[in-house]
Amino acid sequence: MRKPFSEERITGLHGAGGELMQRLISEVILPLFPLKSAGPLGLEALDDGAVLSLHGGRLVVTTDSHVVKPLEFPGGDIGVLAACGTVNDLAVMGARPVAVTLGLVVEEGFPIEELKRYLSSFAAVLSDLGVAVVAGDTKVMGAGELDGLVLATTGIGVAEGFVSDSGLKPGDRILVTGSVGDHGMAILAAREGLPLEGEIRSDVAPVWPLVERALRVGGVSAMKDPTRGGLAAALNEMARKARVGILVREEEIPVTPEVKGLAELLGISPLSLACEGRAVIGVSPDRAEAVLDALRAEPLGREARIIGEAVEAYPGKVVLETGVGGKRFLEMPLGDPVPRIC
Amino acid sequence: MWKGSDLFRLRDPARAERLAHALRRFAPEKPVKIVHVCGTHEAAIAEHGLRSLLPEGVEVYEGPGCPVCVTSTADINLAVALALEEGAIVCTFGDMLRVPGTELTLEEARAQGADVRVVLSAADAVRVARENPRQEVVFFAVGFETTAPGTAAVLLDGPPGNFSVLCSHKLIPPALEALLRENTEVDGFLAPGHVSTIIGADAYRELAERFHVPVVVGGFEPLDVLFAIALILRQLAEDRAEVENAYPRAVRPEGNVRAKRIMGEVFRVVDAVWRGIGAIPASGLELGAEFTRYNAREKFGLETGTGDEEPPGCRCPDIIMAKAVPTDCPLFGAACTPLSPVGPCMVGVEGACSIWYRYGERPRL
Repeated sequence: MRKPFSEERITGLHGAGGELMQRLISEVILPLFPLKSAGPLGLEALDDGAVLSLHGGRLVVTTDSHVVKPLEFPGGDIGVLAACGTVNDLAVMGARPVAVTLGLVVEEGFPIEELKRYLSSFAAVLSDLGVAVVAGDTKVMGAGELDGLVLATTGIGVAEGFVSDSGLKPGDRILVTGSVGDHGMAILAAREGLPLEGEIRSDVAPVWPLVERALRVGGVSAMKDPTRGGLAAALNEMARKARVGILVREEEIPVTPEVKGLAELLGISPLSLACEGRAVIGVSPDRAEAVLDALRAEPLGREARIIGEAVEAYPGKVVLETGVGGKRFLEMPLGDPVPRIC
Repeated sequence: MWKGSDLFRLRDPARAERLAHALRRFAPEKPVKIVHVCGTHEAAIAEHGLRSLLPEGVEVYEGPGCPVCVTSTADINLAVALALEEGAIVCTFGDMLRVPGTELTLEEARAQGADVRVVLSAADAVRVARENPRQEVVFFAVGFETTAPGTAAVLLDGPPGNFSVLCSHKLIPPALEALLRENTEVDGFLAPGHVSTIIGADAYRELAERFHVPVVVGGFEPLDVLFAIALILRQLAEDRAEVENAYPRAVRPEGNVRAKRIMGEVFRVVDAVWRGIGAIPASGLELGAEFTRYNAREKFGLETGTGDEEPPGCRCPDIIMAKAVPTDCPLFGAACTPLSPVGPCMVGVEGACSIWYRYGERPRL
């Protein structure tokens, strides 16, 4: 027998606060999240808020709305992206992610199976990290009023000594934890149906395991995740906020041959394409090699590199030494070349 | 199928180092000004920071190399006026939409209800004409010898009667000559690879001899550009003034004979006004007598007006004449950015100012 429509697709009633919404939450959504509390009152209570326990340290909070198109792309989907995007913002503040909240906005008619798939990937990333989903909200918008699905999150983390993106000092080495531009190019290729030799996969992944290792070694002065605007935007922001110059060598910046080739063909710089599983880390010169070794010991950090250093000259600017040995400023991109990527 | 591999051998650091060595060997004793006339050259130079690899005293300028930047205000005004006519569709390349005319840009005309469409080729504009048989479709044809053959080809194919061309195509060799007459400091030309693919390296021979100036045709990879500049410096060091082809994998001495033939069949050479330079004799293309019925100027009785005034402070005319670089302009990066451009060199993505802004180019960084 065919299932009733409301069990297969999202309807207006799923967001109306009544019985159907309660069933969507308790029967479909809640079972997907194995970790539901980070203190005395968690998600399973379905109360108006969660109560968290803190064991010393400082609280770090971040918020995000995820609107990627297409919802599923090589290397990930909107669920993985929402989870990683949230915990990565915490991680690059030097905070261990503890809990997230999830605001779910769904278009009427959206298949419930598909929704479950994305929420399962969301949950999988978080439970691997021991992060609980502690509160949530569900809204339904009419067909055509929204393009499928929006996931809005708040992330809560705990830091002993937090790390800002403004702490670079001249002499600090600049590290990236892996190749840049993969996420932006994967989305672009998936969306435009670009002809490719192989598949370009998004780098979307949680960076906390890497960051934790780096913090344990010490010497970390600044961190940032190079999302929209890519490495170019992240470096410019770090240089401006710390009023230092940054010199980076193009040869040292890891970019996969697939991303490099396609970017060249399209006239886009890989350095301004988004990453969703990388961190840019400033480290004092005496600890830089040790941090690099620690990053490389993790599977996600095998391609980590020292790409340059903070300098006193050109405060607020990023100087790129190009592959052929020339020099120019690497400017803050005017905008991300690919919209709706995260 | 796109192959990403093997693309970057023209960026090999070891070869770049050898070329830098060659450049130092031919370092001039007195300052040298090299002018190229191509946005793609400027982008390659800026993107790879090539100016910082040149010997002391060697300066490279982008002259009138951005076709959008040199299109006269008068022609833009005509295109805007046509677009605002009821029942008309104006098709042109994307960059043209934001270049200011006297009153409006084509983009602003579109915001006022004009039907202005971005096309990638003359053939696309013909397709628009076939799809809209009850409307007059005007192709605002800009560009150098690279885009002119495309316009010629569609006219030879017999386009529909509702299609016409507002022809603003321009020729590169007369512009080089005008630069030499006006700006005697030019010591050598890096000739544009794309244009030379059509007109051939031999097209510069007379100029090189008459003005005793080295002309080297160059490609667009960073090592292509450095190699071409090294050849110019070597000619200067040896007091030679010849045409050399440093881009033989694309450019032949005679060029693209078929493209040149169809241009000859369709166009006649006319005097033309270049924004930032003024009138240059025999430097533009207009449709020949056989194609009058496709000539928008004739078909709609258009009168060419005047007016090539840039806003106060804008140094685009000096930049186009290779007398200044973008950072010499007080507006650059402050009042004038790609998001709110003042002059044409910041509007066109091939304009020197737009390129310097986006790639962070600074002399002697």
